[in-house]
Amino acid sequence: MSLRSPLARVLYHGAARDGVGHWWVQRVTAVALAPLALWLTVSLLVLPDGYAAVSAWIGAGVHPVLLSLTVLLAIWHSWLGLQVVIEDYVHGFLVKTGSLLLSSCVHGLLAASALYAVLRIALKAAA
Amino acid sequence: MAERPLSPHLQVYRFGYTMSLSILHRITGVALGCALIGLTGWLMAAAGGPSSYAQATRVLRAWPSRVLCALALIALCYHFCNGLRHLVWDMGYGFERREARRSAALMLVAALAAALACVVALLYGAARP
Repeated sequence: MSLRSPLARVLYHGAARDGVGHWWVQRVTAVALAPLALWLTVSLLVLPDGYAAVSAWIGAGVHPVLLSLTVLLAIWHSWLGLQVVIEDYVHGFLVKTGSLLLSSCVHGLLAASALYAVLRIALKAAA
Repeated sequence: MAERPLSPHLQVYRFGYTMSLSILHRITGVALGCALIGLTGWLMAAAGGPSSYAQATRVLRAWPSRVLCALALIALCYHFCNGLRHLVWDMGYGFERREARRSAALMLVAALAAALACVVALLYGAARP
């Protein structure tokens, strides 16, 4: 049984049923990124330069899966983090909403581009 | 609606160096978000084939890009080490002032050592840009 009045219900007053979702996903992506970011950084630092070596490494074995996962999780983590930063420091409805939308667009574009790039290299290596 | 005071009221606290470490976590986080644009661009260049990759390599070899790569690595080392500190706090440990200061010192030493290793690897390693 709901204790909320019908008026409160139609006005959407009350909890958004989201709770700690944002906070929790930020932590889950952080924990997942700890080993993955370490792996990617060390791999990129020791990777020999040159197109052949780089594309072979990206397409080899489980690398495309781990690489997509790392980049997508990093973009997700960055999206959530930047949202909090904008909400804390950018004031004024229009500028704040505009910044949040811009951040969402850029992060979405990055996720699609990175995934496309990794898949394209991996499928070329497999062909 | 009347203009009400917003938290955080930074001006009412006595400055402590842990405050600058805290804001540095956000600054490095935003910087790493920008670095993701660079990483995605590099992946797109590699996906484009040998000629676009060669062009990306030329851009990466320029001094401003080298400096940006080094800064991104330093930011990553800081955000990584301080992020582990945040995860420990999230589990409910290390809130006492003495503990927080000790973990700050430990984190800074680890981050500096990791950053030094990364920059040396960047300058002298196999992937020399």
